[in-house]
Amino acid sequence: MKRETTVWLVVMLVGLAMLVAKGVVSGVGREYVQTEQKRFVQVEVPPPIGADADEKPTTQWLPAADAAARSLTPVPGSTELGWTAESPVTPRAYWEGMKADPSRTDLRLSVPRTIGLWVAAFFTLAIFSFLYRDNPFYKIAEACVVGVSAAYWMVVGFWDVIMPNMMAKLSPDSVRWAIPDVTGEPEWAYTVPLVLSIMLLWRLSPKGAWIARWPLAFIIGTTAGLRLVAFLHTDFLAQIRNSILPLAVVDQTAGFQFWPSFNNIVLVGAVLACLVYFFFSFEHKGFVGGVARGGIWVLMITFGAGFGYTVMGRIALLAIRLEFLMDNWLWLIDPTNIHTKIT
Amino acid sequence: MKRLIPLWITAVSGILLIVAYFIPAWESWGEKATIWFDVLAASAFVLGGGNLLKLHLRKVSNRQAGWAYSAVTVAAFVVTLTVGLAKIGVHPSDNNPDFAWSGSYNSSGTAFWWLYEYAFKPLTATMFSLLAFYVASAAFRAFRAKNIEATLLLGTAFIVLLGRTFAGVFLTQWLPESLSGLKLENLTVWIMQVPNTAGTRAIMIGVALGIASTSLKVLLGVDRSYLGSD
Repeated sequence: MKRETTVWLVVMLVGLAMLVAKGVVSGVGREYVQTEQKRFVQVEVPPPIGADADEKPTTQWLPAADAAARSLTPVPGSTELGWTAESPVTPRAYWEGMKADPSRTDLRLSVPRTIGLWVAAFFTLAIFSFLYRDNPFYKIAEACVVGVSAAYWMVVGFWDVIMPNMMAKLSPDSVRWAIPDVTGEPEWAYTVPLVLSIMLLWRLSPKGAWIARWPLAFIIGTTAGLRLVAFLHTDFLAQIRNSILPLAVVDQTAGFQFWPSFNNIVLVGAVLACLVYFFFSFEHKGFVGGVARGGIWVLMITFGAGFGYTVMGRIALLAIRLEFLMDNWLWLIDPTNIHTKIT
Repeated sequence: MKRLIPLWITAVSGILLIVAYFIPAWESWGEKATIWFDVLAASAFVLGGGNLLKLHLRKVSNRQAGWAYSAVTVAAFVVTLTVGLAKIGVHPSDNNPDFAWSGSYNSSGTAFWWLYEYAFKPLTATMFSLLAFYVASAAFRAFRAKNIEATLLLGTAFIVLLGRTFAGVFLTQWLPESLSGLKLENLTVWIMQVPNTAGTRAIMIGVALGIASTSLKVLLGVDRSYLGSD
């Protein structure tokens, strides 16, 4: 065995031993849930007071524990429906609940969530392992990112867009199994996106891939049309409008305001200087060259600020991941006092 | 037919949307076109998924280098897609308990939620957090205050980074009230509100003009690169 492999094996074994010791001594990475029985009954809701005499009562599903449901007549022949719902609770809430009443059965350890926590910790460490160098753990995590994210967006697109915005419009009756509250008549105009979608998928076929150009052309055309108007309206005009500021700010009671006036002059001057720099129709020489140079300085400050903010954002993300490992998984820290053992 | 019709589709759909913006009676066209666009974008995800599957299955079947990782990708894709489309573990919605499929596909406790919470979220968040190390190391190697422009960029980044931390507040807390504007946290706010706003505005104006001209080139058929070469 190579010396480097031996060192890493020892490091991993020591880490594993420390993890086991931590788990035995003060517990580690567990998720608890509180279960709740949900029961629903189908009841007859009488017509509202003042309704027509021939109006018939409607049926509705209500929670069985609901006072309204108990006061109404159940629909003859209907059976009660229900399931067990789970909501997460903190380890402290679990321990306190069990300490107060050890016979409680609604509080319990959630095996799927606990496994999930450990899987998330594994993935986090696997990605961090790339900081050392490329390795099989990182590659497995990377392969999972690609597979899971591609399928995730497909599922989101199907349930959030294709079903309600196309299928429900084309044939409301045929999607009632998934969207029971859908109403309205079929709108045949939505045949167009259906046909274009099928044409788009033609790209996967070995022959006739050019057919996919039609929907692609529609996507490009609508994007161009929507973006042209939206950007001119919200970015171009709005930014110009916001830059037209008073260069001498005068308050009715306090009189001339130096710093607000200074800020406005700098802001307007800096916007103009940057725009002069972006103007390449004439050479940046003399006065124009000087102003353009000022524009470059403003842009450098903007890029510096943008860089600083990006780094801060990434560091915040890193802190969140480290907090997940130390707090949620290993229980080494407890800033919110949720898994410190109660005595 | 292969090129002319797509060009017309692009021009008509785009120009109609622009015209609809100025005619109130046609406003609903714009809304409908946006919904159609969303549907096509969702279908494009299916296309992307299909391409991914095709590519990785080919790699697995040809036993190309790294095929085992492709198998992991395919497995992750198929499992996520199956549990998401089949709504595994989803309870009916409270309003329609008699419709087994009426619950939300991503409600807490479902298999799809599990994959999002314990795989997708930690993987993507950690992936992005890695950039903190690489951005910092790249900055350390590349940033040199060798002229005014580089010094301004470096200095601003330093002030903004420091001004958002406790260290920044601590370092300049000795400054008297009359010079409070020079305290790092206040300096950061000023930089963000004045020069940064000015620079961002100029960039946004430039971007808007760029997008308008590019859109016009596409709609008028001057730019046809999206049609491919054949």
